[in-house]
Amino acid sequence: MPEILANHDGLQYTGVKNIDGPLVFMENVHGVAYDELVEVATPSGDVRMGQVLDVTANTALVQIFGGTDALSKASTRSRFLGHPLQIPVSEEMLGRVFDGLGRPKDGLPLPMAREYRDVNGEPVNPFAREYPRDFIQTGISSIDLMNTLVRGQKLPIFSGNGLPHNRMAAQIARQAKLLNEDVHFAIVFAAMGVKFDVARFFVDSFEQSGVLRNVAMFLSLADDPSVERMITPRSALTLAEYLAYDRGMHVLVIITDMTNYCEALREISTARGEIPSRKGYPGYLYSDLASMYERAGRLSAGGGSITQMPILTMPSDDISHPVPDLTGYITEGQIVLDREMYQRGIYPPVAGLPSLSRLMKDGIGKGRTRDDHPHVASQLFAAYSKVKDIRSLAAVIGTEELSPVDQLYMKFGEKFESTVITQGEYEDRSIEQSLQLGWDALKLLPREELLRVTQEELDKYYTA
Amino acid sequence: MDTGIITRINGPIVEARQMDNTGMLEVVEVGNLRLIGEVIRVRGSVATIQVYENTSGLRPGEPVYCSGRPLSVCLGPGLLGTIYDGIQRPLDKIAAKGTSFIPRGEKSPALDLEKKWSFKPTVKVGDLLEAGQVIGEVQETESVLHRVMIPPRKRGKVTKIVPAGEYNGHDILCELQDDTAETTHQVGLFQYWPVRQPRPSTQRLPLAAPLLTGLRVVDTFFPLAKGGAAAIPGGFGTGKTMTQQALAKWCEAKIIVYIGCGERGNEMTEVLHEFPELTDPRTGRSLMERTILIANTSNMPVAAREVSIYTGITLAEFYRDMGYDVAVMADSTSRWAEALRELSGRLEEMPADEGFPAYLPDRLASFYERAGRVETLSGSEGTVSVIGAVSPPGGDFSEPVTQHTTRFIRCFWALDRDLANARHYPAISWRTSYSEYLPETALWWKKSAMNWADQREVLMNVLQEETNLQRIAKLIGPDALPESQRLTLFVAEIIKNAFLQQNSFDAIDMYCSPKKQLWMMALLANFITRSYELIKAGATLTEIRAIPDLDRMNRMKSEIPNDDTAAMSSLEQRIISALDAIGHQHASYGK
Repeated sequence: MPEILANHDGLQYTGVKNIDGPLVFMENVHGVAYDELVEVATPSGDVRMGQVLDVTANTALVQIFGGTDALSKASTRSRFLGHPLQIPVSEEMLGRVFDGLGRPKDGLPLPMAREYRDVNGEPVNPFAREYPRDFIQTGISSIDLMNTLVRGQKLPIFSGNGLPHNRMAAQIARQAKLLNEDVHFAIVFAAMGVKFDVARFFVDSFEQSGVLRNVAMFLSLADDPSVERMITPRSALTLAEYLAYDRGMHVLVIITDMTNYCEALREISTARGEIPSRKGYPGYLYSDLASMYERAGRLSAGGGSITQMPILTMPSDDISHPVPDLTGYITEGQIVLDREMYQRGIYPPVAGLPSLSRLMKDGIGKGRTRDDHPHVASQLFAAYSKVKDIRSLAAVIGTEELSPVDQLYMKFGEKFESTVITQGEYEDRSIEQSLQLGWDALKLLPREELLRVTQEELDKYYTA
Repeated sequence: MDTGIITRINGPIVEARQMDNTGMLEVVEVGNLRLIGEVIRVRGSVATIQVYENTSGLRPGEPVYCSGRPLSVCLGPGLLGTIYDGIQRPLDKIAAKGTSFIPRGEKSPALDLEKKWSFKPTVKVGDLLEAGQVIGEVQETESVLHRVMIPPRKRGKVTKIVPAGEYNGHDILCELQDDTAETTHQVGLFQYWPVRQPRPSTQRLPLAAPLLTGLRVVDTFFPLAKGGAAAIPGGFGTGKTMTQQALAKWCEAKIIVYIGCGERGNEMTEVLHEFPELTDPRTGRSLMERTILIANTSNMPVAAREVSIYTGITLAEFYRDMGYDVAVMADSTSRWAEALRELSGRLEEMPADEGFPAYLPDRLASFYERAGRVETLSGSEGTVSVIGAVSPPGGDFSEPVTQHTTRFIRCFWALDRDLANARHYPAISWRTSYSEYLPETALWWKKSAMNWADQREVLMNVLQEETNLQRIAKLIGPDALPESQRLTLFVAEIIKNAFLQQNSFDAIDMYCSPKKQLWMMALLANFITRSYELIKAGATLTEIRAIPDLDRMNRMKSEIPNDDTAAMSSLEQRIISALDAIGHQHASYGK
């Protein structure tokens, strides 16, 4: 373990006043800045990083990323570094593996960094943003057709334990492309509190599709200190911003699992004795999540883009739990995975109705995908929502008692789920194929039921 | 000015000593970077300051500079078409400096004092003027005439007034000799006003007219009055922002102030891209010419989010004082309440419900109460209507912000998850929404000789009855119901598809003129009443369903343009003659 370098400028302090969970309280320290980075060394010389949370003229409250075990009151040494937490950024970081604080984890030396950047970033001026509207074809019909992803969007996957969110994210990373540009996405992957196997799955999947050297990974696994998870997504996004806005790359950021991040935040908040809001999470959870999710997008000044795909597992599949709830308020839609569909063997089990892409309206249609796309999608949603009603009716009175039109809706529902939604994990569908499948399902319904598509579209695609 | 010394930094909350002469709510500049802050508590010589910018890197011992004035906005020509942050810094001018981010300590002036405006005086030397009276006019945009007013608390006899010509922010346009106070006042193009203080008016007037919005479900079922206050609560993905934007685009207010408070950056970008392209159906000019944007997105500092809604409503009151109808959209008031909660938590105040401070209802009340119809100081009439979005956690309307908000608004547009899931937009529920402005609106329509109230009742009754019938239909299946009840289900479906659902991306349907709305209402009400009579006379639902032009009626919202009276009467004729034809086959009909 590295010793604290004695030749650095600045004072070294010995001893702390209190140690409480992940927090350390120091007295008689001077000239400390809010948010400043601290190096703390245990008596055995093990160096940890920390960050100042609250500071007065002679005291400082510090959260320690590496955990506080083995710290002692009397002989802990600490040094304030004069700047907030920064990570090195460079293109060479693609193809490498780092821990949550941006330190190499793959046994290779530190990357040659062009510069260091504050992990918190700066808020983008809304005036300087470019509205995202480039259609990304993921090859998955339930996304492309119904919940279109566009370049620069933040679209999370709301999942549950045991659902195939990782397989789906890997499929998207593998297949995502733009229709008329031959651009490949650079991928920045951040894992917080997930098991080693999950991280391994992604590495293997990237390796198989031959993109591994285009991927930078920030791993803070389940056995790493929980406080480190607070920084992991920020490190990843800082690199992503550098790649996108300084190097002009198009970056896809996959972050898993946001629920673990929020739990780390709750842990710190509780240790600080803050007043909790819902389920013990701090009142600023929304602002805190926004400070990461909002780091997606494009700039009008040019450069690349950051498309974010955070994954979160909903505790007991509850979409109104604070983590998915507040996420849904910030992100531009959500892909919700449905346990019941998955049990019935449907992959990807994208729940038809609660899933949504808010930026879809501007990324599809004439000149982007196909003229009829907005109407077809709207019609499929309307019809599928009717299917849900009719199914619950059929559960009461029996399928035979349904009116002839309702019977057709039942047929439509089955076909929609088995041909439009269901597809193979390695099946890459073009948007034309997806639209064709959508129309094929709609053809089961009588023409006068299809009010969301125009007469011309009906003439062209329904009768054809 | 006095200088204090920072003693503590805890996120956006900073404490400083040597602040004996500071006042509550005074603006200060904090630290070497001179970050903008506001004093929110004074204890002895220690002041607590909320800082509107990120405090990272700030150290105890750095100075705090007092300003001696409360947080104020600059008012004058040039506000329209601009995008500001929560403390009125012009985001477009900051971006023009070449950075895509918002640097700390940024202090661009809100309005360009150098820019020349063409001013035409409307008073002459010797006129005795009171505060708020108009001294002249500036054509601010093609569609909006800006009236230059005497700031509140100034009055007197005009001793000097400049001739018509080009003037900038430094020029003195008018001098007033106040004999009672024995002072002279100088009036220029610009004035300042503290944001937390409502601008004065002569008196408040009762609300009298609806604010027509072009959204059928609003105008027909749950109208908002000019000068009224409305809330749009809804879980995520139910279309709060889409509804707010549709209202901002098409409502008939003269000026729109759109406050993006703790929401997405891309939404503001969308407005910035879309509004200049759209034309106002009433003036034929770009919508951006009548719009002011206040953007404090969710990743911008939380204290500035708290103040952004006051900044927005102060700008709205300024245009109200010129005699205009102004609409304020605040999206979302829940994020504003959360900012209050976060700051309150850091001040270690005792929390009430769900961690919100006990003064939350009081703050909500004072915000919504700034809506209203007033007689301005200059004797004209102006209104400020407020539409606040509410984002209840988990879509649960029993949470504190929604509950407190309902006490201070009179129009409640509840967004429904099931409607949103079926992509039925606007997802305003006809079951749980309400408007207390119905009597005023009904009277106004009656004065315009329009039979609005009766037709509304026909449509509303069908929908209410359908809600009851659905419960039974879910148990026994709709086919087991008697013919007349099945008709109710059938026509309710038509009302939902043909009337309530509105496609904001359809070139025709995005805005529905009052004339077309009334025609649609009348046609549907007529169709419904006649259908019931037919069923009573022995006709069957199958016969009614077989009317060939029903499909056209279902599509009339997007197929018939707002002013195509020929197409309207033609469709009406065909529907009525089809109903007549069914009637002729059933002898008892009409007898």
